[in-house]
Amino acid sequence: MALSGIQIYKMLPQTNCKECGFPTCLAFAMKLAAKQVELGSCPYVSEESKKQLAESAAPPIRLITLKADGTEVKVGNEVVMFRHEKTFYNKPGLFLRVKASDPDIAKKVATADAYKVNYVGMDFTINGYAIEADGDLPTAVKAVRSATKRPLILIGNDPAVLDSSLSLLTGETTLIYAADSSNYEALADVAKKHKAALVVKGDSLDSLADLTQKVQAKGVEDMVLDLGGKNLSEWLTRSTQARRLALKSNFKPLGYPTIFFAAQNGTDKEAVYAAQAIAKYAGFVVIDTFAPEMIYPLLVLRENIYTDPQKPIQVQPGIYEINSPKPESPVLVTTNFSITYFAVANEVEGSGLPAWLVVTDAEGMSVLTAWAAGKFDAERIAKAIKGFDVASKVSKKRIVLPGHVAVLSGELEEELPDWEIRVGPREAVDLPAFMKQVLN
Amino acid sequence: MPIEIPKDKWPGSIRAITIGATATDGGTRSKSITVGGGKTMPYLQFEAPTPNKPVIAIEIKSRKPTDWSPLLAEVWGEAMADPAQWAKKAEEAGADIIVLALTVEDTAEDVVTVVKSVLGATGLPLIVWGPGQAEKDNELLVPISEATKGEKLVLGICEDKNYRTIVATAMANGHLVQSRAPMDVNLSKQLNILISDMGMPKDRILMDPTTGALGYGMEYGYSVMERLRLAALQGDAMTQFPMIVTPGFEAWKTKESKVGEGVPEAWGNWKNRAINWETLTAMSLVESGADIVVLRHPESVKRVKEAINELMVAA
Ligand code: B12
Ligand code: SF4
Repeated sequence: MALSGIQIYKMLPQTNCKECGFPTCLAFAMKLAAKQVELGSCPYVSEESKKQLAESAAPPIRLITLKADGTEVKVGNEVVMFRHEKTFYNKPGLFLRVKASDPDIAKKVATADAYKVNYVGMDFTINGYAIEADGDLPTAVKAVRSATKRPLILIGNDPAVLDSSLSLLTGETTLIYAADSSNYEALADVAKKHKAALVVKGDSLDSLADLTQKVQAKGVEDMVLDLGGKNLSEWLTRSTQARRLALKSNFKPLGYPTIFFAAQNGTDKEAVYAAQAIAKYAGFVVIDTFAPEMIYPLLVLRENIYTDPQKPIQVQPGIYEINSPKPESPVLVTTNFSITYFAVANEVEGSGLPAWLVVTDAEGMSVLTAWAAGKFDAERIAKAIKGFDVASKVSKKRIVLPGHVAVLSGELEEELPDWEIRVGPREAVDLPAFMKQVLN
Repeated sequence: MPIEIPKDKWPGSIRAITIGATATDGGTRSKSITVGGGKTMPYLQFEAPTPNKPVIAIEIKSRKPTDWSPLLAEVWGEAMADPAQWAKKAEEAGADIIVLALTVEDTAEDVVTVVKSVLGATGLPLIVWGPGQAEKDNELLVPISEATKGEKLVLGICEDKNYRTIVATAMANGHLVQSRAPMDVNLSKQLNILISDMGMPKDRILMDPTTGALGYGMEYGYSVMERLRLAALQGDAMTQFPMIVTPGFEAWKTKESKVGEGVPEAWGNWKNRAINWETLTAMSLVESGADIVVLRHPESVKRVKEAINELMVAA
């Protein structure tokens, strides 16, 4: 838990020597509490205080970074139970499980690795692969490494096999799955040797907390928890309890991100299991099925849950050229909420029809939300049309409004007397047909 | 040393509310449904048991919809042209409640007949929505309300611009109302206050916080629901109503569900994607405190139902 300025002051030398650049130790302490300076600026802090301050500054849920050749996945470092309290920061890594026994493992990974889906201008992919050691693991690791540059999770319990497999992944940070009470010593040694992160597995939070402390005593700091919930209810309970203990009780032994296997009760339930894990605090979500129709909604869900509630995703207001518009191409008007902009832009772009898309500054709100909030009215639209000097680009002064705000057309005609105002369809899907049939 | 699990102790709880009246209560439903009653954030059964399971309503229309996804037309088939038959099929598909959505083309005479035929075809509790235009809503809902006195239907959708007539007729005829505000804690409270100030008993209000589909604003509704639930648990009486949400309506509006051709290959198989879209939207809302989710596709109903059953298992 973060310390106050006064608490920090008590740990400083209290000599006011000014070497840190501040007039008093208290002033320096206040800055430290606000995280505006580094403790290193004071040359005189005792080792004991240093240790205490470092511990208090450590995030309640440890940040774990898996790294491979140029790609990485960061999870943990979360600070709230509910997204409206601040935001959720590091999106859970979505990993696909593949089997070492599968002769087509490299091909499977290559297919999944090429997967890329665009959501409101962002490209999403699978984040890495979990290789199950049900066959020769080192051979599988080589095959997978030939097909992807993303981070890996190795699932196995033979320390020698894990050791030799990790030797093939030097310079990377891999996650080993999983240490339990019977094998943690050997696996902790392997993790330490290869600077790998280690999943710790237990039947209860008590046994897990006990184990993470033992693993830490062996010199491994980067851990991930397998909470072992066998159904949705059990996992929700444990995940909530572990997060609360870390955030509310500052209970360090459970202050790590978690891993969840979405297909543990069958692929029928995989999507729903993964969805709960995404909403309810998982750090890594492992799926077994490479199905775009499941992965796409899961990636969108993850983006939605991890969007900062204070900042709607927006695009820059302005005039956007779609399919190289000409002076006679139509002028379409919309708002600068990303979801809205891309719904329209993608539709028009996909149709191949040229258009000028005027994006007004509606403070990042959707068409109807902005209209209801008074951020998308005739005045604002007219201001955008004039401000972006749309008239200089077109020969046909004709504006298409979103169908949902048909009511604005009268006022807009008054604001822009020399423009023709047309009301388009309500949904963007119907825009291409409208442009073909009605506008020409 | 066993760990001490931090537990929240809340002064408030969600009201338990019953929909539908059986013969003993003066109605004709073969069973009634009770929702709400929660004393914790959703399914945190280590703090207190979840008394009533969230339920699934299936939405049917009074007239064959022309703008629904072909995937829905494929599963419901001919039944879509006959509300009674559709309701029966919805019951077979696992609905706990039927939502009958009226349209602007309906007249006061037809809708009473339609409602009666639906009530005759299934013993499930019924929710009836007007078409969403103030005048038309009132024109259609009042005669329905009177003709079904004592059935404990839910009438909706009350919004700030039109709630008085619906509330008055529901009060007079022993029905409940659905109170919808646009994704805002204070607006929800405000409308609930207005409705209860008219004299509507608090055990006859369902709260609809409005929702968006996955990828289209769902997260706003998700967080508003968590905040409403927290406010209710903290003891704010005007947020202690069970929540009804419409993931089916929202999800089936999206391009992802509606369109099968000319979409990116990365979207995958159309049918499975559409069902995942509805299921995951619903599932997220169940996790954030929904007591009734209104769905459209039988496969989503099955999946969400299974998920709810699992969440109800005491961990
Ligand atoms: C998410 C949401 C919010 C979010 C805001 C999200 C955001 N950044 O905009 C929050 C919770 C903040 C919010 C707030 C409010 N909201 Co709101 N909100 C919604 C919700 C659920 C979804 C909106 C959305 O994102 N849609 C998706 C986008 C992509 O849709 P879109 O922008 O309309 O674009 C589509 C079409 O318009 C079309 N299109 C777009 N551009 C163009 C251009 C052309 C040329 C054409 C042809 C077509 C076209 O294509 C797109 C895809 O088909 C809707 C209800 C619903 N389920 O739809 C209510 C809704 C829009 N909100 C509403 C209201 C009233 C409000 C508030 C005023 C309430 C309040 N007082 O708090 C506030 C206003 C904001 C403020 N004062 O801060 C009402 C508006 C009612 C009305 N008709 O006036 C709605 C309809 C809910 C309702 N039924 O009451 N809201
Ligand atoms: S350098 Fe250290 S001891 Fe000197 S004033 Fe700053 S905080 Fe105090």
